[in-house]
Amino acid sequence: MSEPIPGSWQRFRARLERVWDSDLTYSFRTSPIAIIAGCMTAILLVLALMAPWVAPQDAFDVAAVRLEDGFLRPLERGSTGILHLAGTDSQGRDVLSAILYGARVSLLVGFASVAFSMAMGVALGLAAGFLGGRVDAVIMRIADVQLSFPAILIALLVFGIARGFIHPSQHEQVAVYVLIISIGLSHWASYARTVRSSTLVERNKEYVQAARVMGRDNTAIMFEHVMPNVVGPVLVIATINLALAVIEEATLSFLGVGVPPTQPSLGTLIRVGQQFLFSGEWWILLFPSIALIILSLSINLLGDWLRDALNPRLK
Amino acid sequence: MTEPALSVRNLRVEFFGRRGKLVAIDDVSFDVAKGEILGMVGESGAGKSVTGAAIVGLIEHPGRMTRGEIRLKGDRIDHLPAAGMRKIRGKRIGMVFQDPLSSLNPLFQIGDQIVETMRAHLDISKADARRRAVKLLDEVGIPAAASRVDSYPHQLSGGMRQRVVLALVLCTEPELIIADEPTTALDVSVQAQIIALIKALAKNYGTSVMLITHDLGVVAEIADRVAVMYAGRLVEIGSVRDVLKGAKHPYSQGLVSAIPTLRQGAGALRQIPGAMPRLHAMPNGCAFHTRCQFVFERCRVERPMPVRSGDIEVACWLHGKGLGAGP
Amino acid sequence: MIRAIAQAIAVLLAVALIAFSMFRYVGDPVANMVGAETTQQEIWELRERLGLTDPLPVQFARFVTNAAQGEFGISYRQGRRVSTLIAERLPATVELALLSALFASVFGTILGIYTAIRRHGWLSHAIMTVSLIGVSLPTFLIGIGLIYLFAVELRWLPSFGRGEVVKFGWWTTGLLTESGRKSLVLPVLTLGFFQLTLIMRLVRAQMLETFRTDYVKFSRARGLPEWRINFKHALANAMIPVVTIIGLQLGAVVAFAIITESVFQWPGLGAMFVQAVQFVDIPVMAAYLLFVGLVFVVTNLLVDLFYVVLDPRLRSDRTTTK
Repeated sequence: MSEPIPGSWQRFRARLERVWDSDLTYSFRTSPIAIIAGCMTAILLVLALMAPWVAPQDAFDVAAVRLEDGFLRPLERGSTGILHLAGTDSQGRDVLSAILYGARVSLLVGFASVAFSMAMGVALGLAAGFLGGRVDAVIMRIADVQLSFPAILIALLVFGIARGFIHPSQHEQVAVYVLIISIGLSHWASYARTVRSSTLVERNKEYVQAARVMGRDNTAIMFEHVMPNVVGPVLVIATINLALAVIEEATLSFLGVGVPPTQPSLGTLIRVGQQFLFSGEWWILLFPSIALIILSLSINLLGDWLRDALNPRLK
Repeated sequence: MTEPALSVRNLRVEFFGRRGKLVAIDDVSFDVAKGEILGMVGESGAGKSVTGAAIVGLIEHPGRMTRGEIRLKGDRIDHLPAAGMRKIRGKRIGMVFQDPLSSLNPLFQIGDQIVETMRAHLDISKADARRRAVKLLDEVGIPAAASRVDSYPHQLSGGMRQRVVLALVLCTEPELIIADEPTTALDVSVQAQIIALIKALAKNYGTSVMLITHDLGVVAEIADRVAVMYAGRLVEIGSVRDVLKGAKHPYSQGLVSAIPTLRQGAGALRQIPGAMPRLHAMPNGCAFHTRCQFVFERCRVERPMPVRSGDIEVACWLHGKGLGAGP
Repeated sequence: MIRAIAQAIAVLLAVALIAFSMFRYVGDPVANMVGAETTQQEIWELRERLGLTDPLPVQFARFVTNAAQGEFGISYRQGRRVSTLIAERLPATVELALLSALFASVFGTILGIYTAIRRHGWLSHAIMTVSLIGVSLPTFLIGIGLIYLFAVELRWLPSFGRGEVVKFGWWTTGLLTESGRKSLVLPVLTLGFFQLTLIMRLVRAQMLETFRTDYVKFSRARGLPEWRINFKHALANAMIPVVTIIGLQLGAVVAFAIITESVFQWPGLGAMFVQAVQFVDIPVMAAYLLFVGLVFVVTNLLVDLFYVVLDPRLRSDRTTTK
């Protein structure tokens, strides 16, 4: 070949071009919904993560709140000098700050539980697919049964049992962790299923058998060969899972069995807001609801688009 | 000369996709005479099925017939609205697809499906329709038709199901039957029975048949004439005897010589080197020139249209009177 | 068939095992019943009387036989018999669940068929967009939204409770009184909304899938009228998986009722379960768990049976002729 070997920068550019031209990015570029949803999610993510710096008031700090500022309407200024864009609640807390902090909690719990589910599900799926036999049968049985129960029920159950083990005084501190684990446990099965079937497909392929013959051990094979192939479907599941986890957390908090009242998430805010439905302080309910709607809608739309884009059958 | 049963002129079918426009059928013309069986051969992707679909108006989005005239016994049918086309389909033109099991709705009895077809096109009572259905099943060779008429498709074997499909197609006594790979999904032993059945039925009912297949053997068995398709173009058409014995287009020659015969001996089968060009990467001039051993300059530049050469029509610069044929 | 029943029993036993473990290991039932002054001797005697010193399998067997008779002991929190509690609240949940499933199935199917046939129309796109939004929203928000619209603004319907109910033996129903019916509307809509979007999308997807099949293609080639292809050939094939899924959903509906009952303060089993989780009321939690397990198992069995009836391919023995 007379051409010079491309340098690393050219190779990187080539890869970028491939990604840009790929079906996935093309599909993203041409779908206005995906772009909007993606942007919304990104904006909310940034805002929520930066809450401590962006919010006008530290919603979790009891000292920052003044009771006399209670029930201020939106766009009124409180005694602390803050302009309450979304009004205040019964305690005098700035609703906008509460939303930002609440979204932060919701997203943190959401991401953490997705990470938990993914780790557990992928690990078990790999194990089931690769080791086969009894391990496979047991894991899949449990997964099947669990998949037929609604996630919320499982989360509630795990939460309840966990609570029974933990002394009441500790409840508040560990609530968030218990919540993450409960939600995480309710979703691992879908990952496991997908990963397992991919593993089974890959396991029988020749290069895996060749690797085995060459003496490489099972774990290395699993990671090197199987992982790249399952990334796509797992990503789709993860996105949809995130939306579900956020909603599940909101629901559990709404029911009163989620995050402790001292660290309210969007669900808790809505629960509190419902009390004021008839009495006219509509802003306490409306703004957290809108925030939750936008959040879950964006993630859902993104997940939907991703699933359609990665679905080979629709092409 | 009586009107041909089917007349296709300058048919053009295009598919509009993300990467632009693909021409699946490029200016194809042919006739099918009354009572004749025309075989249409070519490899997968050559456009045979698309041609069949275009004739009955079943090309689906994103494809469209963009040019051409199709006449059924002199009546133009390519520009009919949906309702008009629906009357033609099933009644005057019948279509048989490749896989007989999936052509029949698994939830309904075969008699039921025959009766509904008849009642959709003919003014006939349920009782009469049922009687005719039983008669038809008998004609296509289903034993104990009277009791089998209430069976479900999955209760019959592959060969039986294809016979039922033939009954379904014949129940309205159409003028033309388009059979798209009717035997490919069947066992070899059953294939022979079904092709013989098609020939016999066509003769009985005076129906013309357009038999789409990649199997030259089937064509040799029952067809009267054969048309060879390549990359969406018609390259050769003539009587079966003429084409099989003396094909003029290099591609057809390649196809014919690739058929293994007992006389050949144990030598290697002849292959045509290369592959049929993809629709989005069609070469200029003759579509076959990149694989042709007789290629010369004109082939690379100008596309040959079918011209008469002896008793065959062939689209190749090697043949045809005048027109500067030959290198 | 026998195998399916055996499996069902196995699942039930597994669920019972979990419930039983909850009883034994989570918290200490005895600790709830004794004061600070009870001596060790008395505690030991109490344990013996409650049967807590028997070997585990015996305890489990006793638990199962009790459960089968609906006996779950005493609620930790309320001090009443769990079975009474369940009996009180069961009709509320059952009414809600069945009515919402009915609502969702009927309207979901109709909308699903429409959006499949008129795939590219603007109304279909609108319906699909609304359904997408609906799926993304948490159920409780929908409930609150409905309350706001119909109870606060329009004041047509009540925002909580069951209204007046009529008693039949131990069963109560709200269908026979006007206030009862009015109270049912919003909860049924809320609980049914999620199912409706699910069923609608499922029906639509199945219909679109059948449109691509060879037998529908062949029906078109046969020149059958469009309505016949849509409503006979496509629909019949499309509905089989849909019906089974509707059946399977029933178990999930009972569980989702938890949320709806909380929003509307509906006195059903779901609300009872949430309270139990809050106060770690083990007997109630265990009882609810077993109940949901039972519903799941029974509906699964019924769906399996039904499937055989619907699909002729599973029915007859395969007789083939050459």
